[in-house]
Amino acid sequence: MAAISEPFAKGNSIFHRTDPRARLVSAFLLTVPMALLTTPWAAWLSLAIGLSLILPAAYNPGKVLTRLFVVNLFILFLWLFIPFSTPGQAVYNLGPLTMTREGLVMALLLTLKSNAVVLSLMALLGSIPVQSMGPAMQSLRVPAKLCHLFLFTFRYIFVIRNEYDTMTRAMAARGFRPRTNVHTYRSYAWLVGMLLVKSWDRAERVNNAMLCRGFKGRFYTLTDFNFTAGDIFFITSAALLGMGITAYDLLQRGFI
Amino acid sequence: MSTGMADKKLIELTNIHYAYPEGDPVLRGLDFSLHAGDKLGIMGPNGAGKTTFLHILMGLIKPDKGTIRLFGDTLSDSKDFMAARLKIGFLFQHSDDQLFCPTVLDDVAFGPLNQGLSREEAKQISLETLDRLGLAGFESRVPYRLSGGEKKLVALATILAMTPKVLILDEPTTGLSPEARHRLVHILDHLEIPRIVVSHDTDFLAHTTDSILALRDGRIKEGTLKPHTHMHVHIEGDIPHDHN
Repeated sequence: MAAISEPFAKGNSIFHRTDPRARLVSAFLLTVPMALLTTPWAAWLSLAIGLSLILPAAYNPGKVLTRLFVVNLFILFLWLFIPFSTPGQAVYNLGPLTMTREGLVMALLLTLKSNAVVLSLMALLGSIPVQSMGPAMQSLRVPAKLCHLFLFTFRYIFVIRNEYDTMTRAMAARGFRPRTNVHTYRSYAWLVGMLLVKSWDRAERVNNAMLCRGFKGRFYTLTDFNFTAGDIFFITSAALLGMGITAYDLLQRGFI
Repeated sequence: MSTGMADKKLIELTNIHYAYPEGDPVLRGLDFSLHAGDKLGIMGPNGAGKTTFLHILMGLIKPDKGTIRLFGDTLSDSKDFMAARLKIGFLFQHSDDQLFCPTVLDDVAFGPLNQGLSREEAKQISLETLDRLGLAGFESRVPYRLSGGEKKLVALATILAMTPKVLILDEPTTGLSPEARHRLVHILDHLEIPRIVVSHDTDFLAHTTDSILALRDGRIKEGTLKPHTHMHVHIEGDIPHDHN
C-alpha cells in the first residue's frame, strides 16, 4: 500500500539529533521572518541560510531537487503574471502588456523567499518523523484539533486515495472513459460525493474504535523527549538568524 | 459488586429496540446476556443488525428502548460507558479503522495509556502482548504497511494489551488468508477471556466459541447447538451457503 514517504526523516545529522520540539520552534522563528522580508538582498541572504541548512542535513540531493522543482513550478506561474500586473516603471512592452521593474523585483523576491523557506523547512521539519511530530506539537501546546488533523490526515489520506483508486478502476472496468460530456461530469461528481460519504463513514468508525479503547480527547504518548543545552543553543541560533535577516532587511530599507 | 461468581452476568441487554432514522426497525425486543466463562458465537444474515447490536452494547449507538447492564451497572448515556469500555476489548471488522497510530507500538500502547498506565507500564505491557501474539519485533513497524493478517493480529494486540474482561470480535475472519485465520484460532484457543464472536464463518465459531446464537428478526434466538471441531453447524441451514 502506498503511503506518504518521509525521505528525510531518517539520518544522523545535527538536525536529526536535535529535539523535535527545538526544530519545530526554530523552524517557526526562522521561516516567519524569511517570509516577511521585503528587499532582494535580504532574500538572497535568507536563500544562503536555507542552503547552508540543507547541506549539513545530508539529504539525497536528487530528492531535494525534486521537491524544489515542484515548488518552483508554481513560482513559474508567478513570473507569468506579476511582472505584468505590478504598476511601476516600464522596462519592456509586449503588445498591450507592460513589464515593470517593480514587478520583476517582486517576482524575484518571492522566488528567493520561497526557496529559502522550503529549504529551511526541509532541513528543520523534514527531518522529524511523523510519530515524533504529533507528540512534539502536542507538547508545545499546539491546539489539539490541529495535532489530530495533522496525524489523521497523514494516516488516512492514502486510505482515501485507495478508495478513490478502487472506485475509478471499478468505473473503468465497466467501460467508463472520461470525455468532455455531461455523463463524465456527472460520474465524477458522484465519485467525489461517494468519496466524501466514505470518508465520513470511516471517520465515524475510527472515532468509535478510539472510544472503545478509552479515548477522551487527548493523546498520551510513549515518545520521551530529551531537551538538552544543545537544543537551547539550536533555538537561540535560529532566533538570532531570524532577527539578523530582519535587521538586514530593515537596514536595506533605511529604517535602521 | 455482586457475589455469586458462577452465575455472574457480565453483560445483560434487555428488551432492546432500535431503528435507523428513516429505516425499518433492526432490533425488536432483543435480550442477551453474557455470563462469566461464556464464549458465545452470533450468526445472522446480512443486515440482521449484528454490528448494530455490538455498537449498542458498547454505547456507541443509543437504543430507542431497552436497558444495558455492563458489569452489574445500568448504563444510559455515553459518559457512563467510558469506564465499561476500558474493560471490553472490541475488535473492529476493519483493522484500518482501529489502527491509526504511526507505529505499531504507539497503537498497542494507546489503550493502556488511556487506562491511566504510566508510559513505562504501557510500553512494557504492549511489548509483552506483541510478544505473546508472536509479533515481537513489530514495535516500530508502520501499521498501514502491514498485511491484512498482520493488521488483524496487531488490532487484537491493541485490545488484549488493555487486559479486557470481555472480548468482542466483529467478523474477525473477513478477508483473512487461511494461514492468518489459523493463527487467530490458535491465539483465541489459548485465551480464557469470555467472548462474543460475530461471524459467518461457522467453522471459526466452532473453534473459538462454546455455543452459537442466531440474530434474526431483530432478536437473539437461543441456540442449543454445542459446536465442536469438524462439526457442521447448520443454524442458518435454510440459507444457501458454501463450505470452504
